[in-house]
Amino acid sequence: MKLIYERSQAGRRASVIPRPAGLPAPEIPDDLRRAEPPRLPEVPEFELVRHFTELSTRNFGVDTGFYPLGSCTMKYNPRINERLVTLPGFAHLHPHQEEDGAQGALELEWRLQEILKEVTGLDAVSLQPAAGSQGELTGLMLIRAYFADRREGEQRRKVVIPDTAHGTNPASVTMAGYELTDVKTDARGNIDVDDLRAKVDEHTAALMLTNPSTLGLFDENIEEIERIFHGAGALMYYDGANLNAVCGISRPGDMGFDVVHINLHKTFSQPHGGGGPGGGPIAVRKILEPFLPAPAVVRKKDGAFALDHDRPKSIGKVRGFTGPFGVFVRSYAYMRMYGPRLREMSEAAVLNANYVLARLKGAYDLPFDRLCMHEFVLSARNLKRDHGATATDVAKRLMDYGFHPPTIYFPLIVPEALMIEPTETETKETLDAFCDAMLAIAREAADDVEILKSAPHHRPVRRLDEVRAAKNPVVKHAFETAPVA
Amino acid sequence: MTQHPFLALTEADREEMLRTIGVASVDELFGDLPAGVRLGRELDLEPALSEHELSAHMADLAARNVDVTRELSFLGAGIYDHYVPAVVDTVLQRGEFLTAYTPYQPEMSQGVLQSIFEYQTAICELTGMDVSNASGYDGETVAADACYIAKHATGKAKVVITEATNPQVRQVVKTYAPGFGLEVVEVPHRDGTTDVDALAAASTGAAAVIFQQPNFFGCLEPAPDLAAAANEADALSIAHVDPLSLGVLEAPGRYGCAIALGEGQAAGNLMAYGGPHYGFLAARQEFIRRMPGRIVGETVDTEGARGYVLTLQTREQHIRREKATSNITTNQTLLALGGLVYLTWLGPQGLRELGEACLALGEYAKRRLQERAGLELVFPDRTTFKEFAVRAGRNAREVIRDARALGVHPGYALGRDYEGMDDVLLVAVTEKRTPEEIDRLADVLAEVAR
Repeated sequence: MKLIYERSQAGRRASVIPRPAGLPAPEIPDDLRRAEPPRLPEVPEFELVRHFTELSTRNFGVDTGFYPLGSCTMKYNPRINERLVTLPGFAHLHPHQEEDGAQGALELEWRLQEILKEVTGLDAVSLQPAAGSQGELTGLMLIRAYFADRREGEQRRKVVIPDTAHGTNPASVTMAGYELTDVKTDARGNIDVDDLRAKVDEHTAALMLTNPSTLGLFDENIEEIERIFHGAGALMYYDGANLNAVCGISRPGDMGFDVVHINLHKTFSQPHGGGGPGGGPIAVRKILEPFLPAPAVVRKKDGAFALDHDRPKSIGKVRGFTGPFGVFVRSYAYMRMYGPRLREMSEAAVLNANYVLARLKGAYDLPFDRLCMHEFVLSARNLKRDHGATATDVAKRLMDYGFHPPTIYFPLIVPEALMIEPTETETKETLDAFCDAMLAIAREAADDVEILKSAPHHRPVRRLDEVRAAKNPVVKHAFETAPVA
Repeated sequence: MTQHPFLALTEADREEMLRTIGVASVDELFGDLPAGVRLGRELDLEPALSEHELSAHMADLAARNVDVTRELSFLGAGIYDHYVPAVVDTVLQRGEFLTAYTPYQPEMSQGVLQSIFEYQTAICELTGMDVSNASGYDGETVAADACYIAKHATGKAKVVITEATNPQVRQVVKTYAPGFGLEVVEVPHRDGTTDVDALAAASTGAAAVIFQQPNFFGCLEPAPDLAAAANEADALSIAHVDPLSLGVLEAPGRYGCAIALGEGQAAGNLMAYGGPHYGFLAARQEFIRRMPGRIVGETVDTEGARGYVLTLQTREQHIRREKATSNITTNQTLLALGGLVYLTWLGPQGLRELGEACLALGEYAKRRLQERAGLELVFPDRTTFKEFAVRAGRNAREVIRDARALGVHPGYALGRDYEGMDDVLLVAVTEKRTPEEIDRLADVLAEVAR
């Protein structure tokens, strides 16, 4: 379809800007004045609406159908939340409004902090980080500040990460100025405790762990791991990407973790918007509270809510203002609609995942044969070995059956990985339809692999050439070319 | 217990599923959790609310905020009360956009991918740059991202930032810098703008030089001269710009900047107490492989039809891990889409007219505050865009309190960030303000200031 720039005709417009009558604009000095206007689209309002409506029909969301994208927790996003964020008191509140004019917003933030403390089993929360990966980086900055305060900053330079970790973990380690220590996974899918023991010492600052891991497995040795790290004087960071498995069942604080980030856009239903916004609050143990980003949202003795900027040991600010407030509105609303019943949410997520796993494990390889938590990882290596069909082929063929594919080729330690996370959303009928499709695809691989190789057949485009895009990057519209039909 | 509205399994479903799995109960599925790490009690949270109970509770919280529909506001300082047209809501509420994940599977995601490609084009057009990413978190963090680019592009260990740059931007850069191995040096302003010679002197040995245009005081910097001073020192010249100024002010790419970035909120996002918004980040072609975050590129499918994919992913954390150009994955795509819809709505003429309206209303406000309220401009010789600093005659926070009692928020107290400015108000005037509203501000300040 056309780009919006290809629908543009000089002289058309959708906006009318009120013109202040009789008020002259000051002269802009010549060297600061815009010489040539930007080539923004020129379209009437109805063309704008039609263009973006057509684009939306070429996209797939949770509202469209089943979206078992592993590690992304693609659950239903309640529509009431979209109404709540438009309340004028939220939508049109300026972030520099004085505290006495923002009591409702501050109370909402404070209440969200209190809920997150209970869900994580930790002592203090900062809502400021904008997403999970910024939560990670903020957590590592806290750890660095903590050790610097104890005069162990020079000594403790290493952060330990298992080979199953999200790529954000090692990237955050480098951005925080730390060095990476890799640790292996054992035959049951847990961290290799012997490998770990040999790598943790007085130079270790922290562990970063996702539990359950990206394999969808709860680490059975978590208590031993806790003893190793705290025994060496190091801290423990919990990547909360998989918190949807354990809400109300087991808390990171109870597992021994000192810092946790929570992905509000995963576990707590902030819609992901095709790539954001997210929210990545962090919860910490008491010893780390002095270092949290400023300002902190606090309730004063008289019951009023306030921003506390007086935090002399704070690492500083990691983002503007107090964080992505609209995300807080949605996640707070979501958690209030569950309350203690969050446990039912996690139980349903785990039951759904195990059911799909049980139905699929005969047709696809299962590298770690255990019950899973909220997600699991299969391998298409049997289809590749026997029929030449890869995880990509399975994913593209799933599209023809009307499902979003799972995460593929991650975690890196599983070849031809298919990482499936059904979430608690979904009826049994939907889960069965998905399983039927996966089983049909495995049969198709045996009968006629070409139908997988040439998939998808029923999407707005056929399989796209990603290599070509990277080799010769075209990252904006070239205005001189002729319009394309 | 009543079935929860966001859950679906019936008792019969559960039994059949457990039978298929081969376990007797849901509890058995959690058998890998050691007893010592189990909560063993109900979460201590208030009981679940129904949708209508929730609505009442949230309406109560919202009503305890004084938003700009309840108080005439001249607050700005980085976040602005511009008009957001209905078409933005219409597009962003499409469930296919709203409830999609990052477009890892391009054949399922052409809507998001093409719109990001169109967004990247719009940002490049606004800034005069060659490449834009798909967005960063906000106008603060994109400045830190740019420092990471500069650190790796130059190998140098210092970043220079002007004191007239938004204080929150400076704070976030200072929080990130130690991890990058960067020292932060600030260059003071002189009479509201940055002294070119002082900046040139500080730039020696710098990886990057960051300045804001218009700056935090609303004053127009001698931006081409600042960029030239940075370039002369082989530092990356980085302009932090207001996207809505770029219909009347020159694009940073046209005066030699390496990188242009900024806060996107003014262009198409509601203020929403500080977020979510989007930060934009655009650079010259030579930095394309150092860019942080998602970038969408054009390609073709197996039948030769045009399509769009996430590209240059070898920069990114899921491939390059500890050697990635950034740790960012989730960005602000939906808000950037809002920006694209808004910029499309404006068009080039609308953008210019909006800039002229802000300029004209700002001049009117300056005149009225001097003539009617008897206030003094702090930087009377400077051209300003959308915002200006004025002496309130006494402590600005007290003036704000007293003016608010009369229903007008007169602006931001600059003493919060700058020494010697305890009596200074930063007044923002967008196209939404009318001459009558500005007169009212002047009347109120005439009463409560001085």
